[in-house]
Amino acid sequence: MLVLFIIGSLSISAQDTPNDAGGSITLGFSYTAPFVSGEVMRKEDGGEFEKIATVSPSDTHWIDNSAKDGVKYYYQLILTTEEGVVTSEPVSAVSSPQWFHRGRTVMLIMVILICGLILFFIRQARGGKELYIRRIAGLEAVDDAVGRATELGRPVMFIAGIMDIDDLQTIAGLTILRRVAKKTAEYEAQVLMPTSRSLVMTAAQETVKEAYYDAGRPDIFNPDNVFYLTDDQFGFAAGCDGLMVREKPGAIFLMGSFYAESLILAETGHSVGAIQIAGTAMPSQLPFFVTACDYTLIGEEFFAASAYLSKDPLQLGSLKGQDWGKAIFLALILIGAVLSTFGITVVKDLLMVQ
Amino acid sequence: MLDKLLKTDRRIIFAILAVVVIIAILFPVGLAIQVSEPARRLYREIESLAPGSYVFLSFDYDPASMAELDPMALSVIRQCFREDLKIVSLGLWPQGVLLGEANLEKAAEEYGKEYGVDFVNLGYKTGGIVVISGISTDLRNVFPQDYTGRDIDELPILNGIDNLEPFKLVVTFSAGDPGVRHWVMIAQARYGKKVGCGSTAVQAPAFYPYLQSGQLVGLVGGMKGAAEYEQLIKLPGLATAGMDAQSFAHAVIVFFIVFGNAIFFLKKRSNSR
Amino acid sequence: MKRQIPLIITSIVGVVMVVQYFIPRQPFAGLFDTFNRWFLIIAVFALLLGLMNLVRLHVQKLRRRKEGWGYSIILLCGLVATILTGAVWGIGTGSPFDYIFVNMQQPMGATMFALLAFFIASASFRAFRARNVDATLLLIAAVVVMLGRVPIGSLIWNKLPTVAEWIMFYPNMAGQRAIMIGIALGTVSYSLRVILGIERTYLGGE
Repeated sequence: MLVLFIIGSLSISAQDTPNDAGGSITLGFSYTAPFVSGEVMRKEDGGEFEKIATVSPSDTHWIDNSAKDGVKYYYQLILTTEEGVVTSEPVSAVSSPQWFHRGRTVMLIMVILICGLILFFIRQARGGKELYIRRIAGLEAVDDAVGRATELGRPVMFIAGIMDIDDLQTIAGLTILRRVAKKTAEYEAQVLMPTSRSLVMTAAQETVKEAYYDAGRPDIFNPDNVFYLTDDQFGFAAGCDGLMVREKPGAIFLMGSFYAESLILAETGHSVGAIQIAGTAMPSQLPFFVTACDYTLIGEEFFAASAYLSKDPLQLGSLKGQDWGKAIFLALILIGAVLSTFGITVVKDLLMVQ
Repeated sequence: MLDKLLKTDRRIIFAILAVVVIIAILFPVGLAIQVSEPARRLYREIESLAPGSYVFLSFDYDPASMAELDPMALSVIRQCFREDLKIVSLGLWPQGVLLGEANLEKAAEEYGKEYGVDFVNLGYKTGGIVVISGISTDLRNVFPQDYTGRDIDELPILNGIDNLEPFKLVVTFSAGDPGVRHWVMIAQARYGKKVGCGSTAVQAPAFYPYLQSGQLVGLVGGMKGAAEYEQLIKLPGLATAGMDAQSFAHAVIVFFIVFGNAIFFLKKRSNSR
Repeated sequence: MKRQIPLIITSIVGVVMVVQYFIPRQPFAGLFDTFNRWFLIIAVFALLLGLMNLVRLHVQKLRRRKEGWGYSIILLCGLVATILTGAVWGIGTGSPFDYIFVNMQQPMGATMFALLAFFIASASFRAFRARNVDATLLLIAAVVVMLGRVPIGSLIWNKLPTVAEWIMFYPNMAGQRAIMIGIALGTVSYSLRVILGIERTYLGGE
C-alpha cells in the first residue's frame, strides 16, 4: 500500500511595515500544503518566544502593531497540520517610521505638476496677459435672474447645500452668494437664505451683510433673512419647500453640496414659477438639476464661478492651469487605454496610488 | 388641446402614479427578479468567508432611506448569521444605529445568535472619517463601550480585537456622507480591507467606477438590489414585495414620457402645417 | 488685521494638510484626524448658535403674531419635548424619545423621501422631450435604464436588463469618471486659490 504524505514547505519573511508611522512589522508567510491553524511567536533579544497571535489557513500575512520602534524582534511561525507541527526558522525585523510615503510618489508629482501649472498661469495673468474663458450660460444668467425676481416684486432665494462649511462646495456657494446678494442689494430686493448648518448660517450672514454694505444699501439688510432651519436632510428640504410655496421667490439659486433632496427642492422651485440656477459637484445630483432647473453649473463650472463672475486675472489664470492639468490627464488616459488594450499596463501601474 | 395636454397638471400625474402603486402593493403580481452581477459579487464574497470570520457592518443611513437600505441590511445580516460569521457594527449616522440594531435583533432571534458573543453594536460616534480612521488603528480607544453602555472588555466577541485588522470584510449601508467614499478612502485604500456596499439607487451609479477598479468587492443598489439580495439568500422580504410597485411605477413614468413626446411631435407637426 | 489673520491661518493649515498626506510619521500622521476633531468640536458648539437663531426667530414670530405663527408653537413644543424626553428618560429602545423617533421622525423622513418618486414622474414628463439628437439619446437611455432595472423590463424583452447594465457600466461610468476628474481638478484649483488668499469672498469680502 502506498501512503502519500503531503509535505509542505514553509517560508516566512518579516519586514518593517512600509510607509507607516512606525510601531508595525509585517510578517509574510506561505505554506504549500494545507494546515489547520498557525501561531505567531515573537521574542526580543535575550528573551523567550511567546505566542502573540493566531493565523488561519486563508491568511498570507499578519501585521504586528505592537512593535516598538528601534527594537529588534524575532518571529517564528508554528503551523499545526494534520501530520503534525511545522515550525519555521526565526526571522527578524526592526520597526521604524518613514519620512515619505513611497506609494504616493506619483501623487506628489501630479500635485507639483498641476499646482505648478496653476501658479505659472497665475503669474502670466499677473503680467497682464489676457486669458480667454468660454461663456458659461448659468453664470451669465445670474444678473438676469435677480433682475427678473426684482421686477416681479419677489425675493431671491439662495440655498447653499446641506453640508457644512468644511465642504469646498459650500465655500464655493458662498462665493456666488456674495455676488447674488450684492446684485439683489443694488436692485433693492431681499435675499432669503435658509441654511442647514449653523456655521454656514454665520458665514452667510457675514457675506450677505458685506454685500449689502458694498452695494451701499446697509439700510435694507435684514439679518433674519439668513437663518438656520435644521441639520436633518429632509427636514431641511421640507422647510425650504414650505418657504418657496409661501414666499414664491422669483429666482432660486441652488449652489452647493446636495443629496437626495435636490429634486424635491428643484421641482418645488419650478412649480412656483421661479427661474432656477443650480450648481453642484455631486455627480449623482447633476441629472436632477439638469432636468428641473433652467441652468446648471456642472462640477468644475461651479468652482470656476468666482473667477468667471469677478473676471479677476489671477483667478482666471488658475482656471487656465486647471485646463492644462486636464489636458495632461486626457493624454495619460488615451495613452494608458491604448497600451492596456495591447496588454501593456505600464501607465496603469505607474499611476497606482496607495 | 395639445397645449393643454403638454402642460398637464402635475397633480394628475401624481394621482395616477399613487393609484398604480397602491394597486400594485395591494395586489402583487410576483414579477421575476433577475439578479445583477454587482449584488452577486457581494453575496459571493460573504459566502467565501470561513465560519467564525469577522465582518464589520456600518449603518450609515437614516429613516428616509430605510425603504431601500433596511431590507438589504437585514439580508446581509441574515447571510452572515447563516454562515456563522461574527458581526461587529456601528453607525456613522446617529439614526443608523437604531435602524441597524432593529435588524440585528430581528435576525439574531431567527438564527439563535447571542449579543456579545456572535454580534455587537458599538453605537454611534460623531466624526465620520475620523471614526473610521480611529477604529482602523485603535478600536477600543474610539469605542470603550458598546451601544448599550457595556464595557467592550466584557464582550467575548471583541476579545483580541483591537482594530480593523482581523476583519475579513467591511460592508457599509450608505445613504450619503459619511459613507462609502470614506470607507473606501480609509479602510480599503489605507489598510487594504475589502469593502462592499449597499447604497440608495440614486447614489449607486456613482459607485460603479469603484466597483470596476476593485475598490469595492460588491454593490447592492437601491430597492432592486435589496430584492436581488433577498433572492440570493432565498428569503424574500419587503424589497421583493416592493418590486412590483416599483416596476409599475417605472412603467407609468415611461408611459408619461412617451405620451409627452407623442403630444410634442403632434404639436410640432400641426405648427409646421 | 481682521482679514489677514484668517487668511494666514487658512494658508498654513492648507499647506500642512497637503504635506501631512505624504509624511506617514508622527506628528504629521495624526494631523488629519486632529484637525477634523477640532472642526467637529467647533461645529457642535455652533449647533447652539443655530438653535438660538431658530428659537429667537420663532418666538419673535409668535410675539408679533406673524402669518403662520401657529406652526411656530408646534416647532417650539416639538423642540422642547424632544430635548426633555431624551434628557430625562434617555434614548434607548422603548423610551419616549425612541417613540418620537420611530413614530414621528421615521415616517416623516420616509414620506419626504417618497415624494421623490412623484417629482421624478413630473420632472420626466416635462423634461424628456426629443428636441434634438442629444435629448433623444438621453430619452432613450432613460427609458431603457428605467425599464431594464425593474422586473417588468425582462418581461418586455429578456435582454433589456443586460442593455441597461451595459449603459450603467460603460457610458454612465465614462461620464461619471469624466465629471469626477473635472471636479477633482476644479477642487485642486479652487483650494489653491483659497490657500494662496486669491479667493477670499468666503470671508465676506472681495
